[in-house]
Formats: sequence, C-alpha cells, structure tokens
Amino acid sequence: MHAPLQTAYRKTFALVVLVALLAVIALAAISLGSISIAPSRVIDVLLGVDGAKQLDFARDALVITQIRIPRLLLGAVVGAGLAVAGAVMQGLFRNPLADPGLIGVSSGAGFAAAVAIVLGGQIVSGAAANFPFIFLPVAAFCGALGSTLMLYVVASRGGRTSMAVMLLAGIAFGALAGAGIGWLSYISDDRQLRDLTFWSMGGLGGATWGKVGIVLPMILPSLIAMPFLAHGLNAMALGEAEAFHLGVNVQRLKSAAILLVSIAVGASVACSGMIGFVGIIVPHLLRLSVGANYRFLLPASALLGATLLVGADIIARTIVAPSELPIGIITATIGAPFFIWLLLRRGPELAV
Amino acid sequence: MKAISLSAVLALLCLALTPFAASAEPGNSSGAGTAQASVKPRIVAAGGVVTEIVYALGHSDLLVGVDTTSLFPESALKEKANVGYVRALSSEGLLSLNPSMIVAIESAGPPDVLKTVEGAGVEIVRVPEVSTPAGITEKIKEIAGLVGDVDKGAALAADTEKQFKSVDRLREKIHKPRRALFILSFLNGRATVGGEGTSADGIIALAGLQNSASMLKGWKPISDEALLEVAPDVIIAMNHGGPQAVTVDSILANPAFAATPAGKTKSILVFDGGYLLGFGPRTPDAARDLLLAAYPEIAKAEQGSDHK
Repeated sequence: MHAPLQTAYRKTFALVVLVALLAVIALAAISLGSISIAPSRVIDVLLGVDGAKQLDFARDALVITQIRIPRLLLGAVVGAGLAVAGAVMQGLFRNPLADPGLIGVSSGAGFAAAVAIVLGGQIVSGAAANFPFIFLPVAAFCGALGSTLMLYVVASRGGRTSMAVMLLAGIAFGALAGAGIGWLSYISDDRQLRDLTFWSMGGLGGATWGKVGIVLPMILPSLIAMPFLAHGLNAMALGEAEAFHLGVNVQRLKSAAILLVSIAVGASVACSGMIGFVGIIVPHLLRLSVGANYRFLLPASALLGATLLVGADIIARTIVAPSELPIGIITATIGAPFFIWLLLRRGPELAV
Repeated sequence: MKAISLSAVLALLCLALTPFAASAEPGNSSGAGTAQASVKPRIVAAGGVVTEIVYALGHSDLLVGVDTTSLFPESALKEKANVGYVRALSSEGLLSLNPSMIVAIESAGPPDVLKTVEGAGVEIVRVPEVSTPAGITEKIKEIAGLVGDVDKGAALAADTEKQFKSVDRLREKIHKPRRALFILSFLNGRATVGGEGTSADGIIALAGLQNSASMLKGWKPISDEALLEVAPDVIIAMNHGGPQAVTVDSILANPAFAATPAGKTKSILVFDGGYLLGFGPRTPDAARDLLLAAYPEIAKAEQGSDHK
C-alpha cells in the first residue's frame, strides 16, 4: 500500500517541479537576449509601466513584447507539441524509438518544404522574392497531413489499421521523400540549398504575434486532447489484443492519436522547421525518472518539452549574438550526449 | 579624421552595450528619427555586395554589422559584428547593434524579422540584385547616397563604368571566342561546374569567353564523359585555399581533364572565387584579369601598346 502512494506523491511533486522549471525558464527567456535589458525594466515592461521618458524604453518594450514573448510562446507550444506527440507515438507503436517521423509527418513536411523552397517561385510565377516564406509553412503543414493520411489509408484494411504496416510504409515513404528532396536539391541553386539546410535544422526566428495566432489554435487543441488518450495508451502497453479486451476501442485510439499527432507536429514543423530529438528525449527522460504511466507522462512531457525547447532557444539566440544558431543543432548537441549518459546510468531497467 | 569617427562609433557601440550607463546621452533615444542628418548612420549590411561597396567607398566606419556572405574585404567579418546568414537574420540580434539603417539585398530575410526591426524604427533599404555592369554602378550610387557620400559614389561608379568600357574594348579584340569551363569545387575527382544562370556564367561572358557548360542549369557536377564532350579550351578553377584547394596539378591528375583541349595546352586558370563571382566594384578588374589570362595574345599586345 505504501509504494503506490509514494509514486503518486512523487508524480505530483514532479509535476510541480516541472511547472516551476517552465516558469523559471520562461522568465529567463523574457529577460535574456542579445540586447541586455535590466530585470527592473523587464518588470516595468511586463507591468505596463509608462517609461516613455527613460532611455531606450520604447525599444526595450518592443523587444520584450514583440520579439521575446511571441518567441517564448511559439517555442513553448512547439516544444510541448513535439514532446507529447513523441510520447503518444511511442505508446501507439509500443516502440521506444518511435517518433512522429514514423507516421510520415516529418518526411511529408520536409518534402513539401523542399518543393516550396526550390519550386515555389516557379509554381506561382511573378511572385515576390519572399514568396517561399509565406508558401513554405502552408506547404509543410499540408505535406505533413497529406502524407500521414496516405500512410493511414495504406495501413488500413477492413476498418482496421495495422501499426506494423504503417511503420513499414512510413519507412518506405521516408525513403521516397528523401529521394524527392535529393532530386530537388539537385536542381536547386546555392541559395535554395542553403535555405533548405537552415530549414532542416529548425529555428524559432521571426516569431511574431501573427504566427503565434495561427499556430497556437492549431497545436493547443491537440495538446489538450492528447492526455485523454492516456488510458488507452496505458492499456496498449500490454498489447493490442489485451487493450481490446480491457475495453479500449483500439481503432478509435489509433485514429485519434494519428490525427492529433499529425496536426500538432505538422503545425510545429510548418512554423519552426525540423527540430529533432525533443520528441524522443523528453518522454524517455520522464519514463526513466518518474515512470511510464501515460496519465502522468503526457502532461509532464508537455511541460518538459516546452521547458527544453525554450531553454535551447535561449542558447540558440544568445551564443553567437547578434546572429543566431538553428535550434535543432542545440537540441541534438545537448540532448543526445545527455540521453546516452542517462542510458548508461540506468542500464537494462529501461522499459517502454 | 577617419580615426576620430571610428573611435566615436566604437564609443557609441560601448554605450549601446551598456544601456544603463548611457542615460545621460542625448539624441540616442528610440523611436522615429534616429537617423537624422546630424547623427552618423549606423548601418548593418545584409549582403556581401553591400559590404563590399561600403568598404570601397571608404565608409566602413559606418558599418556596425555585416552578414556571413560579406567575404570581401576579409577584414569585414573580423572587425564587424556578424549578424548571421543573410536569409536567416535575427530580429533581436539586429536591434542589439542599435542600427539606424539596414541595407539589405532583395533576398535578405526572413521578412518577418525585417518587418519587426522596421517596426522598431530602423530604416530598411532594399538593394536590387542585378549582376550586370549597369546594375553594379546603380548599386554603387544608391549605397553612396545612403552613406551620405554622393560624390565618392559618382566617382566610383564612373570609374567602374570606365573600367567596364575598357573591358568592352578588350573584348572587341577577340577573334575567336574560347570555350571556358568554370570549376566551383573538385572533390574526389568529381568537378562541380558553373552552368547557365550562375554568376560564373556571367563573368565568363564579361571576359569574352563562351561557357562550355551552358547546357547545364546552375551549379552541377559533371561526368568525365560529358567533360570530353564539352571540350573546354580554358578551365577556370576557384581557389578556396585549405586542403581541398584546386591546383593545376590536381586537375591535370584527372585523365578526363588532361584529355580536354584545356588540359592538353595546360590552360588552367586558378582564381580567387569571391573576386570572380562577387559582382561588385571589383568585377571589371576581375573580368579584365580573366580575359587577359584566357587570351594571352591580347595580354601581350596590351603590354606592348598600353603602359598602364
């Protein structure tokens, strides 16, 4: 009787810690940047104090309200979306390596983005030079949803979706999309190639309230809906047949999970490019430290994913200021060695 | 005079980095109108050609930041803040330099970043990317106006134009145009060459040569067999320096290259890449150098008649 109580405490405690961590990192994200703004002024700006007479107050206020806060929100929601989607995928496929890429989201978005970057100017002739910047996110989102839908249709027969078929088809489609990107890189010029490289490493640069206003309503509903899958995913951990016998509507679970993941990840990728590793490392970190119960894992993944990405973004935009690094470099450079260290420490206990 | 203005800019930069020590400094407040005529503009150059022209005009002291494509002069990226790749600029990074103006090539971005920076009262000036002689002089004049030195700009533009004219005259002396192949890189014996629509194609034409790889579009790897088919009379290689530097020997070591007309006559010209492909104020010089190197007989005749 003792043990479950203890784990319950532990989980509540972990959630409280995660919320506090996110709050701290959010404050840091608002306070830190290539422009140094004193904490007192940050507080003034946040409280809406009229500082018109102070030197550079208007500029600092603009930096905080128009640059840092939208970027913080975008980073938080994208990080949360990627991490929760990763956790859901691992549960659905019952595979520790699963990430949203398995259901074609990343490859579809990547291919569509490459089309937008390389052929964007030709598809709509006479468009402005910055056309790909508008076209790209829309194309990436459509590509993500389209490829997922395609894989879903391939994997479904007689009202049942086979996860194994979906996985195999996803690998084949990934190879095809990779070849497509290869073809497009071959015909692209220097600049397009460079755009493609930057996009594939992700970044939250150019976050505006407008972007937040589009992305938030797309990811947030998925984020809120995904914890409702927790019961089903817990049952799935025992096996698909076992989950069915436990009264879980397995087919509905699969469809809902795939739909929610593709929307959340598609929107994330569309606005911030490919950000790797968050979807894998965050759920595993939590499983290793606090357990594999999805009721806890999904909200905790959202919190830790947001914290991690916002933290990585602080590094990305300050380390080489006044320029900035693609965020995917940071998440993988820090995430991968840390993850390996964690695996070395825990050894064979790891269970998904 | 120049030293004084440079130190003034440095002092301003220091003040900008420590905003709270600067509360007594007048005229540096935010909002509109930071770029009055009395105050020296603080310029961020987004695009290598912008940096090159500002330096050529002798106003590099006005630059507070340059992008990573600003490869010439080499000192630019060493002495100025690096704002990153021209298509992946950072809004806060730009603002942290406290610029009054950002001079950006047409393709600079992302647009949202530039819009945000513009919203902070920084003037954004777009420079068209035209790689023609007329486009270059136009760019020089426009940028000269921005740095407030129209006279110098007119002089540099006129000089550039004159040099282009002298290249035109040299070109008229060519009897039979030679076929050239521009090698961008040479990796594991496979060459990536400049096809139609590349900057290499442009400089080849300016130097009175024919691009033998014009059936390719953009920068493409070329196969050994195709190499024999295009049969260039002259091979132009880019010198990057470093361990993968392209040298005459490394090219001739490849049998397919050795078998081309250029290989047989050892007509292999190694040039600095930025010099040939930059399309800035140095372009007429580059075209002239390339032309004279590719047509040694014209170079000889020039040396005899012209004592320049």
